Amino acid sequence: MNFDKISRRGVLKGTAALTIGSVLPMSRALAADTTIGFIYVGSRDDYGYNQAHAAGAAALKKMPGIKVVEEEKVPETDAVEKTMESMINLDGATLLFPTSFGYYNPHMIKMAQKFPKLRFEHCGGLWTDKDPKNAGSYFGYIDEAQHVAGIVAGYSSKSGKLGFVAAKPIPQVLRNINAWTLGAKLANPKITTQVIFTGDWSMPVKEAEATNSLIDQGVDVITCHVDGPKTVVENAARRGAMVTGYHVNQAVLAPKAYLTGAEWNWEVLYPRFAKMFTSGETIPNFYRGGLKEEIVKVSPYGDMVTAEAKKKADEVKAALTSGNYVIFKGPIADNKGKTVIDAGVSRGQTDPELEKMSYLVEGVIGATS
Amino acid sequence: MKADVGAPIGTPVVKSGAGEFLRLPPFTAKIGGAAEYVVIPAGALLASLLLFGIFVALFGKNPLDLYFYMYQGAFGTWFSWQNTLTRAAPLILTALCTALPAQLGMVIIGGEGALLIGALCATSAALAMPAAPPLVVDIAMAIAGMIGGGLWIMLSGALRQYRGVNETISSLLLVYIALAILNFLVEGPMRDPTSLNKPSTPEIGAANMIGSIPGTDVHWGFMFGIIAAVLSYILIYHTVFGFAARVAGGNLRAARVVGLSVGKLILIVCFLAGAAAGLAGMFEVAAVQGRANANLAAGYGFAGILVAFLARQNPLAVIPVAILLGGIGASGGLLQRRLGLPDASVLVLEGVIFVMVLASDTLYGRLSIFRAKGA
Amino acid sequence: MADPGNIGLWTVPLAVLGGAVRVSTPFLFVSLGECITERSGRINLGLEGTLVMGAMAGYGISYLTGSPWVGVLAAGVTGAGMGALHAGICGLPRVNDIAVGIALMLFGVGLAFYLGKPLIEPTAPRLPAIDFGWWSDIPQLRAALRINVLFIIGVLLAPVLVWALRTTRWGLIIRTAGESSDAALAMGYSVNFIRLRATMFGGFLAGIGGSFLSLYYPGSWNEGLSSGQGITAVALVIFARWNPMLCLAASLLFGGAAALGPALQSVGYSHGYHLFNAAPYILTLLIMIATCSPKRTLIGAPAELSITR
Repeated sequence: MNFDKISRRGVLKGTAALTIGSVLPMSRALAADTTIGFIYVGSRDDYGYNQAHAAGAAALKKMPGIKVVEEEKVPETDAVEKTMESMINLDGATLLFPTSFGYYNPHMIKMAQKFPKLRFEHCGGLWTDKDPKNAGSYFGYIDEAQHVAGIVAGYSSKSGKLGFVAAKPIPQVLRNINAWTLGAKLANPKITTQVIFTGDWSMPVKEAEATNSLIDQGVDVITCHVDGPKTVVENAARRGAMVTGYHVNQAVLAPKAYLTGAEWNWEVLYPRFAKMFTSGETIPNFYRGGLKEEIVKVSPYGDMVTAEAKKKADEVKAALTSGNYVIFKGPIADNKGKTVIDAGVSRGQTDPELEKMSYLVEGVIGATS
Repeated sequence: MKADVGAPIGTPVVKSGAGEFLRLPPFTAKIGGAAEYVVIPAGALLASLLLFGIFVALFGKNPLDLYFYMYQGAFGTWFSWQNTLTRAAPLILTALCTALPAQLGMVIIGGEGALLIGALCATSAALAMPAAPPLVVDIAMAIAGMIGGGLWIMLSGALRQYRGVNETISSLLLVYIALAILNFLVEGPMRDPTSLNKPSTPEIGAANMIGSIPGTDVHWGFMFGIIAAVLSYILIYHTVFGFAARVAGGNLRAARVVGLSVGKLILIVCFLAGAAAGLAGMFEVAAVQGRANANLAAGYGFAGILVAFLARQNPLAVIPVAILLGGIGASGGLLQRRLGLPDASVLVLEGVIFVMVLASDTLYGRLSIFRAKGA
Repeated sequence: MADPGNIGLWTVPLAVLGGAVRVSTPFLFVSLGECITERSGRINLGLEGTLVMGAMAGYGISYLTGSPWVGVLAAGVTGAGMGALHAGICGLPRVNDIAVGIALMLFGVGLAFYLGKPLIEPTAPRLPAIDFGWWSDIPQLRAALRINVLFIIGVLLAPVLVWALRTTRWGLIIRTAGESSDAALAMGYSVNFIRLRATMFGGFLAGIGGSFLSLYYPGSWNEGLSSGQGITAVALVIFARWNPMLCLAASLLFGGAAALGPALQSVGYSHGYHLFNAAPYILTLLIMIATCSPKRTLIGAPAELSITR
């Protein structure tokens, strides 16, 4: 008996032949259409990091002449290289946004070297001259928004104790913790921020435990830097604490407890990039910006925010937006007593020293290792 | 293994006219039994694809589109093939981590942990010899990776042999412990100070990286996986050691009565199993990432368990099954982008395949087609 | 001025106590359910998948109906369904139940993620808690004693199951099926049918355990909800020697260990937090090493259990 006849390969070949005529067209897009590819490391609707990027992608979808293809839950291994290649080969993507930090080196760099005519834009990476010219990295100084949120948190805290649930002690996270605390100290110089590191970007049980532990310690305003702040926001609100959000606006999850938040504004940046790309303009390889460049934004204030807090926060926000304000202005000491920024030294947002931050400022309770 | 309570009383004996017609002529009766091992799993696979097609149709997608894109994404073009083989490479090795101890009747699901420990050991070896020539470094990494992974699973085997701790559970717990060790070392003692926002060990150096098989984009780990699988097959089925292992796996008491040193068998087999997974870890560092960090924990170990079970714990069958599963994974991206299916659909499909293949276990020896005439 | 909330290092044991209650509940339900299943002679490793399916179903139904308790019930029913699937496949001759368990773990998790995609964003009504610490001024104590009803049900269930296994007819039938399928057959019972019901019961409890995760703590649905809790609970059953009361103790121990990491950090001790996060697993392994021995290991194990062969 010839078992080959009923082999799976045979069935698929036949089916393929049947459907090849009726199948959906493979990017038989108009010649004018630009296809942009987005790659997310987690799920698009995590109320956090990935959702912020997806919101940016959604803004692109509304633009005429732009087609967007997205893929989510792509791990930071060679799988992402294959995803990018697939988007390039099968979807005709010419501009790619691998949005997770770990995609940069070696994966995106390898792809940029393989496809020198296409453009790769990475969120959060640190592009240097040694990297390919058709690769670029962009990021937002969201610590500016955290700073403003910290001011509101400082005014709103009755116990003088704040809490921060963080994933890992890397510079981008430490910068947020410090900026938030420095903002809170403007409202209350004696305020403290208790930090708990969960160990990874998405660990709901640990995040819930951390939130509860913090509140047990008397903390009454909490924020976080994890991929999906939903757990922290909801658990904090349930215990009666207040929160400032992160990544996207989580006010709808805890309307009474949400003070304000630090959000990404990719919906403004991505169309900007797309316009530059389609008009032939080169996107700068190292692109950074904050409130002034509209890459980040501060959430609207919740009902619980006092007028005094709003006034101070608005004041600082305006100063940051006009570029006249430095968050990391010396003298600043870390929580071990060492001076990390000397008196008279101002580290503006673009200062590369800030990208290497490894300390926690005075007032933060916790250790980076 | 579960006691066979026999066919329940009252089961009708299958006798159909079609069955008569399809019976094998006597001279092919001998291979009829072997054909069972291919046709029944293939049938289960087909049934799973059908079931999955129906499942997807319930959500408003066209199953024919599904099959087309699955084929396209897995085997349709040279690029897809490379995607599939790249994904299959670590799976062959981690599947051996489950398939080898299975010969002894042990269910080990700790491949992920052995992979991570192997990767850490391999990275340490490379970082310890910065000035050595690349070939020496690579060999040292491979040896270190295999020893590290081997010891990790051997621990599970030893706990079973000397403390009676169930190896399934101990190997799983060791996975979580290995993950914690990885995170601790990579963010602490072994951290590269310049790897700011993605804590990693220092790079092993571009010169030491293992490249791709010439003409393809697939790294050498794939070839070594195949070699390891073939060697394992020869070991298990064509050596005395392998025979002893299988005897012990079939009936522990008989093995002891016959005088086999079961403890030694367990330890050696577990070491070999862990070494395979550790080698996979080494390739992940040397051929893909270039250093050790949290990205190593990508679930290859768990996928390997699936491959081993689907291959019925046969080391040679692991190769095509790994390629199949690599293909399913490779097509996942296309399913997301073209059909809008969530990434979890690949998991659902794998689960359905696994369940169907296991359920089809029951058909062995019961289908009259495969029985020789007169049997 | 004494600040009732400032109790210094006492926070750690209190947090561990609170965590023991909070985190242990899913472990409690899954291990109690698996206890019954294994007593009947079958091991169900698929409870991880059942747990996640239960969490998803509970959250989804609670969202759709507006009542968390209906969600819990739905989660239990879903779990029972998964259990029936497991039993159904294992009931076929020559099928290995450990493999089926792993298969259903994969299938359950995949299906739950697939169906649960639309549930990640919405907020579903949640289960209430009872404040047992109302008499105290100390907020930490009050928080630790804020106990969910499901935990109480679980704690009461453990001795009830001990009693049921020991004295009721059903308990005897289950234990017979677990000790010797021949004896059960001789008594005139279909072993497969007994195991089917025992596995469904186990799945029902596991589903409820899952609903606790999504409807109370951490209280939302997303794909990182369970990190091997289902399969760790199966481990707990073994070192609890198939005794429901010891399952309760083991779950509390595990929950407390899981809360240790964040609790220590909250009082300022954060060195090596990764290793603390692995504390529950290390603890389980150490206890298993300490309490098993090659000769004694499976005394008390139902003889029909496949892992004893």
